[in-house]
Amino acid sequence: MQEIVERTVVDSDKQITDMKVRYKSGVLKYKQMGYWVPDYEVKDTDILAAFRITPQDGVDPEEAAAAVAGESSTATWTVVWTDRLTDCENYRAKAYRVDPIPGSDNQYMAYIAYDLDLFEEGSIANLTASIIGNVFGFKPLKALRLEDMRIPTAYLKTFQGPATGIIAERERLNCYGRPLLGATMKPKLGLSGRNYGRVVYEALKGGLDFTKDDENINSQPFMHWRDRYLYCMEGVNKAMAETGEIKGTYLNVTAATMEDMYERAEFAKQLGSVIIMIDLVIGYTAIQSMAKWARRNDMILHLHRAGHSTYTRQKSHGVSFRVIAKWMRMAGVDHIHAGTVVGKLEGDPNVIRGIYDTCREVNVPQKLEHGILFDQPWAGLKKMMPVASGGIHAGQMHQLLTYLGDDVVLQFGGGTIGHPGGIQAGAVANRVALECMVKARNEGIDIWNEGPDVLVKAAKWCQPLRAALDTWKDVTFDYASTDSVDYVPTPTPAL
Amino acid sequence: MRLTQGQFSFLPDLTDEEITKQITYALSQGWAVAVESTDDPHPRNTYWDMWGQPMFDIADAAGVMMEVNACRKANKNKYIKVLAFDSNRGFETIRMSFLINRPSAEDGFELVRAEGPGRNVNYTIRSYATEKPTGARY
Repeated sequence: MQEIVERTVVDSDKQITDMKVRYKSGVLKYKQMGYWVPDYEVKDTDILAAFRITPQDGVDPEEAAAAVAGESSTATWTVVWTDRLTDCENYRAKAYRVDPIPGSDNQYMAYIAYDLDLFEEGSIANLTASIIGNVFGFKPLKALRLEDMRIPTAYLKTFQGPATGIIAERERLNCYGRPLLGATMKPKLGLSGRNYGRVVYEALKGGLDFTKDDENINSQPFMHWRDRYLYCMEGVNKAMAETGEIKGTYLNVTAATMEDMYERAEFAKQLGSVIIMIDLVIGYTAIQSMAKWARRNDMILHLHRAGHSTYTRQKSHGVSFRVIAKWMRMAGVDHIHAGTVVGKLEGDPNVIRGIYDTCREVNVPQKLEHGILFDQPWAGLKKMMPVASGGIHAGQMHQLLTYLGDDVVLQFGGGTIGHPGGIQAGAVANRVALECMVKARNEGIDIWNEGPDVLVKAAKWCQPLRAALDTWKDVTFDYASTDSVDYVPTPTPAL
Repeated sequence: MRLTQGQFSFLPDLTDEEITKQITYALSQGWAVAVESTDDPHPRNTYWDMWGQPMFDIADAAGVMMEVNACRKANKNKYIKVLAFDSNRGFETIRMSFLINRPSAEDGFELVRAEGPGRNVNYTIRSYATEKPTGARY
């Protein structure tokens, strides 16, 4: 008799409220366990996540959403009586909304709320161990992608945030009113310390604010790190004396252990560098450690996002870069590579806009057409400088300024070092193109349409710019983006 | 040498008309324009001499240009820059900075190297102008 009652209940999709039935050993649906709460009222202190879910054939989307909530919080595959020793209702994440995604037949956006007490204060590692932990390998889902998160003020305030921030960075560099200019040293591997420092010097002397180690320059047989730092700082200081401007070079301190990284960072500080650099592949904990070091030592911290495309690029599975950007602002880096729109690397304009807003706005309101699914006030965390790098050149300056605005580092690597007149000429071309475009925009000129004319006019008196425009005028990277937004604004009908 | 601090130092020196347009832009953004001068252009000389306070209450570019010209007249052979201050939350800092006057001869800087152990070098950037006392530099 009892068995019959149980079976009837177990076939239902509702949360089981009879505790004796709920906690009988065996397997229940996640909805029955209480991970699907469609009438849940989100609390101001909840951490919210939006997941794109692709359920296996035959799996109900609400059940799949409940499973994601369960597997990223308290659930295991079978009922455990030990839940009853806890305030388990509170600790369960709650899927509270599931929407079909426009233009797809089997993808859904699942919204899940997590109680604040599920997470350790100030720890990206702990946050991500839940949110992108086991759940990403869960069999009932074909694919899963973390699209956006809302971090509540209560949790944000437990994070340091960017060590320096855009405002203090500009004040330290004495550089206002225009994007900063940088270049990654090329070839990225193989140069000796002496030759490498030459490229740094030439690029900075020519007019750039920053030069940069590439992500995979650490301490290889052709150039050990101390040698690189010493020659680079000779180049930086020489260029500063010859221009009267503050210059910097991102000395990559990425290494095998924290001890090695601290040693390299200390040496960079001792040599008077204003900035150091780390790679995303060092991991969230190491990034937070370096961010704290940077705050203590008045150092700008540049992050190269090496590795991110392995999980950010495909739309069906992984983590959106806007979430990575959010985590990195919490973790405390000052610079983050965030896309160019027009260059050689992945970047839909609307997606990039959402990421840039996430980096540098005080308050980021929900904007579906930019992929921003939640309001995100930043609770006083400093602003993070986005870096645009990868296949950009002086001829695109009007597009770069329009898309990316002023608070950005524009990094022309090949576009500086590959200039036919040499590295200094390449840097001059970029700086002149930038300054004439900012000036024109401020004067009220429509640079989106008249930008090319502005460049041609400046090229009449600036030979290096003329050569740059001639060399790269037809270079574009016009491929469809793999990561685009799902929601488009509905145009208001004309009548 | 040519000091390249500021937004527009790689362009030909701005004419009065061009300066006016930039000031008009700053005012249109709600920023307060200020004028500062110096005879010590070291890149880390943060505090130049203020030509009065930022002009919080002047709303037209012509009024600001009168102050620009007065400062230029009084400091003919010094560096002068125009700044724009933004008081909005999230900024509360300088949003524009560009040079509008230079000395007739720009002396530049010496790079002083103090060699230490382990191939370390302590670098100092020293302005040639500041060898002389203030008032006798340019």
